[in-house]
Amino acid sequence: MSAAPTPLSAVNRRTVRRRAWGRVMEGLATLAALVAVGVLAIVIISVTKKGLPALNADLFTKVTSTTGIPGESGGIKNAIIGTVIMTLIATAIALPLGVLLAIFSSEFAPPRVALVIRITLNVLAGVPTIVIGVFVFGLLVVGNGYSAYAAGVALSIVQLPVVARSTEEVLLLVPGSLREAGMALGASRARTVVTVILPTAVGGIVTATIVAVARAAGETAPLLFTTGIFANAVVTDPTKPMASIPLVIFQGSESPSPQDQQVAWAAALVLLAGVLIGSSVGRLLSLRSRRRIEQTR
Amino acid sequence: MATETPIHTMPLAGRRRRRWGDLALRGITGLAAVVLAALMVMLVYEVAHQAWPSIQEFGLGFLTSTEWNAVTDQFGARDLIWGTLITSLGALLIAVPMSIAIGVFLSELAPRSIRAPVTTLVELLAAIPSVVLGLWGILVMGPFVAEHIEPFIIDHFGWIPFLDGYPSNQGLFMAILVLTIMVVPIVASLSRELFTNVPSDMKQGSLALGATRWEMVRSVMIPQVGGGLVAAVMLGFGRAVGEAIAVTQVIGGANVRPHNIWGPADTMASRIAAQYAGTATSLQRASLAYLAVVLLVISLLTNLAAQLIAARIQRKMRGHA
Repeated sequence: MSAAPTPLSAVNRRTVRRRAWGRVMEGLATLAALVAVGVLAIVIISVTKKGLPALNADLFTKVTSTTGIPGESGGIKNAIIGTVIMTLIATAIALPLGVLLAIFSSEFAPPRVALVIRITLNVLAGVPTIVIGVFVFGLLVVGNGYSAYAAGVALSIVQLPVVARSTEEVLLLVPGSLREAGMALGASRARTVVTVILPTAVGGIVTATIVAVARAAGETAPLLFTTGIFANAVVTDPTKPMASIPLVIFQGSESPSPQDQQVAWAAALVLLAGVLIGSSVGRLLSLRSRRRIEQTR
Repeated sequence: MATETPIHTMPLAGRRRRRWGDLALRGITGLAAVVLAALMVMLVYEVAHQAWPSIQEFGLGFLTSTEWNAVTDQFGARDLIWGTLITSLGALLIAVPMSIAIGVFLSELAPRSIRAPVTTLVELLAAIPSVVLGLWGILVMGPFVAEHIEPFIIDHFGWIPFLDGYPSNQGLFMAILVLTIMVVPIVASLSRELFTNVPSDMKQGSLALGATRWEMVRSVMIPQVGGGLVAAVMLGFGRAVGEAIAVTQVIGGANVRPHNIWGPADTMASRIAAQYAGTATSLQRASLAYLAVVLLVISLLTNLAAQLIAARIQRKMRGHA
């Protein structure tokens, strides 16, 4: 005898169960996204709440203090100046190097070499930043002492893959027709790159730079062994170690003193605001410049 | 300005200048590639060079010895390796299902109008500097979790190995939570990308056969991108293993073999962060560099493997299309 047809009620029951199960899983997926966004919100809100009370003029006009006396917690003026200078040094190294690297691998390198460069950049991006700190310590700090230069070099190694990878991505987005048009006009390869391709991709390069600056400003591990001990004074000589916002936060979080923690929260608020604004602006600009390049196709 | 001399009437000197321009740009940009290669080689050499005294002294036994004592100048990494594995794998245990779920949500479930904003928010989570996350972790999350969440888990699930013991403001569990927050945005945005690239005819076909959306995700989308997810998870693992700062802030830095996941312990990366700047002996510094070598090897291997898998998938996808 052939298999008896499954009774309709059983089919229905199974369908109901499958649908319910699907609903549950969809609910869980939605919940996961909610949790992620919720954690972002909680971190931002609690840093703002804890940091705001100390966010006053003193924070920006006084230098760091280690006296621990209540009311003398000081500010982070020297740390802000230090972070700005060291990030500038890092970007001054990583930006040209990264852009040149991207031009080489997108315009000149044979496919195999370009692939090796891409793999190397990905590997470099995956190297723990603390290991980069150990590397630069041995390379530049041993024998010379802590300095803003050494910190800048360490941060530039963190930035390099960020700049190079996203610049290469936009360069590859530039339509081949523009390249051919440049050559057809009799321009040399170099001239085409400089006058046609780079201007088309400049938006993407600016974006990459903003993201890289935001990344470097918030990095702590590469600073620990390059500018870890600093003066409670404004330092502008790059051969000397400088204070930095991330290290002030790090030390504040390790300190039992409420004053130090208070300053750390305020510094965290300043850093978080800067980094989040930088990353969001970077993202928005990147979407816009991508759309513009795609329109030239 | 745009009136360029036609090439055949261009004086020979001009043509030669053109060739020189090409050569110069190729040379300068090629030099950047050489710098990159030199940087990689120097990085590996320098870290290994610093570690050499410790490698000679302890050899591979370094990885299995538990002693970490600057007074007797004996160093071994086993407890730190345990700490690193427990925190990274613990973070992946929470982060991977969550990230895949977020990827599914962002590519399939979310209404179109909120996809882009929520994707941006999830990626912004990755932009929070680790030191800020660590500050929040030790001063806000730590006390809350130790008071409300850990006692609950210990009371109800304490019979499971590693889940017994006493709550603690600092320790492995806090490190696991902080690392989870760092890993989720990475794996989630990669899996979202993978899921959006699944050909829609496959998805439609499955739905047309009467599958529910969840059945379509489970039986079509996840198998289709499987390898890509493995690659994403490996990148997340590499991130978790190498994170030093936030972990140092919340783990408590204890020199012990962990008996449960609540108490203070230490990882390789956070041990370097805590001790490298102020070592008592040169062998201690070399041993910390040895830890850096281990981290470097792990990061190179996971990264290369992830790229290999990703490349293979790309080839497969291209073959399919």
